Amino acid sequence: MLKALFHGQLQLGLAQAVVAALAALAVVVAAGRRGIHLEKDLAVAMVRGLVQIVAVGSILLLLLRGPRWTSAFLLIAMIVAAGATSAKRAKGMPGAFRVSTWAIACGAGSTIAVMTLLGVIDTPITALVPVGSMLIANAMNTNGLALNRFRSDVLAHVGEIETALSLGADGKTSVTPYTLVSFEASLIPAIDSLRSLGIVWIPGLMAGMLLSGARPVYAAIYQFVLLGMIFASSGLTSLVSTLMIRTQVMSPADQLLLRPGQ
Amino acid sequence: MTEARERSLNSVNSGVLRAETLGRTVPSKVLVTDVDFEIRKGEILAIVGPSGSGKSSLLRLLNRLDEPTTGTVYLQGIDYREIPPRELRRRVGMVLQRPFLFPGTVADNLRFGPRQRGQELSEAALEELLSAVLLGSFAPRNVANLSGGEAQRVSFARTLANSPEVLLLDEPTSALDDDSKREVEAVILRISRDRNIPCVLVTHDVAQAARLAHRALLLEAGRVVRSGDVQEVLHA
Repeated sequence: MLKALFHGQLQLGLAQAVVAALAALAVVVAAGRRGIHLEKDLAVAMVRGLVQIVAVGSILLLLLRGPRWTSAFLLIAMIVAAGATSAKRAKGMPGAFRVSTWAIACGAGSTIAVMTLLGVIDTPITALVPVGSMLIANAMNTNGLALNRFRSDVLAHVGEIETALSLGADGKTSVTPYTLVSFEASLIPAIDSLRSLGIVWIPGLMAGMLLSGARPVYAAIYQFVLLGMIFASSGLTSLVSTLMIRTQVMSPADQLLLRPGQ
Repeated sequence: MTEARERSLNSVNSGVLRAETLGRTVPSKVLVTDVDFEIRKGEILAIVGPSGSGKSSLLRLLNRLDEPTTGTVYLQGIDYREIPPRELRRRVGMVLQRPFLFPGTVADNLRFGPRQRGQELSEAALEELLSAVLLGSFAPRNVANLSGGEAQRVSFARTLANSPEVLLLDEPTSALDDDSKREVEAVILRISRDRNIPCVLVTHDVAQAARLAHRALLLEAGRVVRSGDVQEVLHA
């Protein structure tokens, strides 16, 4: 229907964006009627998301004309931005930005580097940056989930943690049960994605490859490859993040720094 | 307190734990300020005061769960900042308001502390600790099946498994019914009498302080407003 009304590609894209935004707004209105207010968060997220993706599209257009190594800078900038975004899920946790950025750099950055060296990810900017960004974005989500879960578990178990400390346990040992749970919980979306691949959903990359004329079997295999990489980078990110955060919530004298009301 | 017990207290050595101008201030509030006291072997010191007066905050400073912003604490004459925190907390045991038992059996809980320093509690030591808290045959029981009073007594035994030199008790009976409260009070007196361990007892229950303690500190707004013999402090 929209195609009949809008003939230019840009106009059509904007019209599709408006329709998608209206669908999201409908959910916000329904939630608002039940007392859950997401209006401000959604408005900011949508405007920000649109501006960011258009900006990245424009930068990509410029980078396409530059040398291949410039993609490394773009990926590093994405890692820093991802660190800042997922650190917000760990409100009040000391060192969350540093932990998030290092964890995503270790998890997604090392996976991108190794896979590029092995030839699993192509080196042209048009391949490396989009695939790399998928790994970084998923690592960011996983890291956010891990930190958020860790934060809420620690706050809910201050008594148990301080009991362990009072009995002579060190800070790391005292919070280890909550890092394990956080690590496991953060990987649920990645595991479910792998488990339901092709049955519940056909991912965008595969659809895009099919539309651009790739052989269906290769498109399917590459999608699996991508999800494998996402799982590896997300898992490594969560592992590094949960290991690092253990030391951040304790003072040098093994005092719990993350407590309700602080 | 009986005369014999008082004589016995006076005959033992000087303070095991001594707080000197101890205080903690957080950005918006003074929690504890300028607290001085000393506790001797076998003595029970009650810290009493209204809600929010800083009783629990003071107790947390004594085993360095929180960092003092002024003053310090001496354990056996040594500034506790010179003692590694893990060793300090083993030596200054703490029993919290709620027992916070770890999942597993009673024996697993008692073994937790010694295991943190690579030691294994013997069966005989386990039985002896459980007898001290009047739970002789409870070692194999799952902690999920204990009553509130039993759980709190396991918590006492778990702390004692570390052979502490001082015991900090943060309202250990406030979540218990009357019967359980009496059982736990009996355990406190027994530990103090048989093991000669000094106890710092935080309580909002003035009658309990009178039943158990030798001396008391009355805190108001984080400051000691009265200290001395428990009867004098409570009835002044």
